[in-house]
Amino acid sequence: MDDLYREVIIEHYKNPAFRGKLDPHDLSFEDSNPLCGDHIQIDLRVDEKGVVSDARFDGQGCAISQASADLLLESVIGKSLDEIKVLNKDHILSLLGIDLGPVRLKCALLSLKVLKGGVYGMGSATDDLVE
Amino acid sequence: MAYDVNIVRKDFPILQREIRPGVPLVYLDSTATAQKPVSVIGAMDRFYKHSNANIHRGVHALAEESTALYENAREKIAKFINSPSDKQVIYTRNTTESINLVAYTWGRANLKSGDLVILTEMEHHSNLVPWQMLSTEKGIRLEFISVTGDGLLDLDSYQTLLTQNPKLVAFTHMSNVLGTINPAKEMIRMAHGAGAIVLLDGAQSVPHLGVDVQSLDVDFLAFSAHKMVGPTGIGALYGKENLLESMPPFLGGGDMIKVVKLRSFKPNDIPYKFEAGTPAIAEAVGFGAAVDYLVQLGMENISAHEHEITDYALERLIEIPGLKLMGPEANHKGGVAAFTLDQVHPHDVAQILDHDGIAVRAGHHCAQPLHEKFGIPASTRASFYLYSTKNEVDKLVDGLYKVKKYFG
Repeated sequence: MDDLYREVIIEHYKNPAFRGKLDPHDLSFEDSNPLCGDHIQIDLRVDEKGVVSDARFDGQGCAISQASADLLLESVIGKSLDEIKVLNKDHILSLLGIDLGPVRLKCALLSLKVLKGGVYGMGSATDDLVE
Repeated sequence: MAYDVNIVRKDFPILQREIRPGVPLVYLDSTATAQKPVSVIGAMDRFYKHSNANIHRGVHALAEESTALYENAREKIAKFINSPSDKQVIYTRNTTESINLVAYTWGRANLKSGDLVILTEMEHHSNLVPWQMLSTEKGIRLEFISVTGDGLLDLDSYQTLLTQNPKLVAFTHMSNVLGTINPAKEMIRMAHGAGAIVLLDGAQSVPHLGVDVQSLDVDFLAFSAHKMVGPTGIGALYGKENLLESMPPFLGGGDMIKVVKLRSFKPNDIPYKFEAGTPAIAEAVGFGAAVDYLVQLGMENISAHEHEITDYALERLIEIPGLKLMGPEANHKGGVAAFTLDQVHPHDVAQILDHDGIAVRAGHHCAQPLHEKFGIPASTRASFYLYSTKNEVDKLVDGLYKVKKYFG
């Protein structure tokens, strides 16, 4: 269990640095995992060079999904939208520092799906975006 | 002879296994599917090793033997629910298919635009979506008996709906989330008084309570083998004879016909009219063995044991600070305890419990509207059956304190 609920995950879940909303924002996306009801909304501020200057997420879900969202946003501030487009599940797993089974992987990847779906301007996020 | 759960558990090989080295399985997910005793596994194994052949029409000895086993299982199931005859028990894949069968055949033939079907707010998706699909297709009207704050059906709202000339009332005998045992006999009597027929979802009640279709006077009863220690892939639909006779067939193909011409066919008699194609024969045999097993233990003994475990579980669970149980008091409830724990997400609860080998379910348990009604996205559910023990309840409670330690 210590492997799964590493301190970093519990810490980001309990005290997320990037939880909230950005007003005004340049981009806003949201999606849910219908299996467990997890829901994430992400707001981004993007400068004229297409670089993310600030980001926030809101929503509800398990420790894995919420901690992943917080870690992800921390990691994308300062990145360009093009750089975000190439992020995949390995990025999330390295942020979490753990390996996950297929069910929990979906929880972990929800925020990246939402972010990439939004950056690509798609109506909804799909699994193949994060493979 | 007194019911000895430790002897019963010896019949279930899976209950002897360890989930990880040194971590025995604590299986508290029987509402999703029950574990299988050796007698059921053995019956199916024996069928494939000794009697396997396709049923009906075959002239050779094996075909006769397999047909006899298949039909013998039907007899056992019919007797188990006190059906007046074997032919009123139709094999399906599961409860879901049984309900779909009624919606597709009886529903399409008898319901028209504007007709009212009464459901409840506590239905499993399997007793919601088939009617929603029929509503899209035919414009039937759906209304819902409301659920009270303590998890019971509001019979006043039912009474009001019954004045609107309903054609069908379809409801669960026992909620898979709240555990609520609904007053089926009374509700069926009320429906008949209003001129409606009744489909009862017996997925949870048939395995746990024992159901008598004649005493209930129910028109249709749907249930699955796998929740009553039988195999997956097979279930049953009971129907009143005149209804089944008057319904058009379901799927078309072999076995469901009497005569086939190039451009027409004549359907077979019941139950075969509804059993197209080669059915799940070994599973039917396993279904029969499952019924034998339950009968041998005695449904009254099973119910009494479950009641004892559930009472104990509810008593221990409410001691845990921050734990909120869903559903009614123990005396209206089957062996189900769904709950929320502080603000901890059910996935996290289930994950930490899994570390100690405890299998519970986390999510909305195929009852999304019910969770919405209670204003929560998901819950954790522990459920109990004939092999559950107080010791397993204690392990659950210890595990939940561990969850609190992590997230406290």
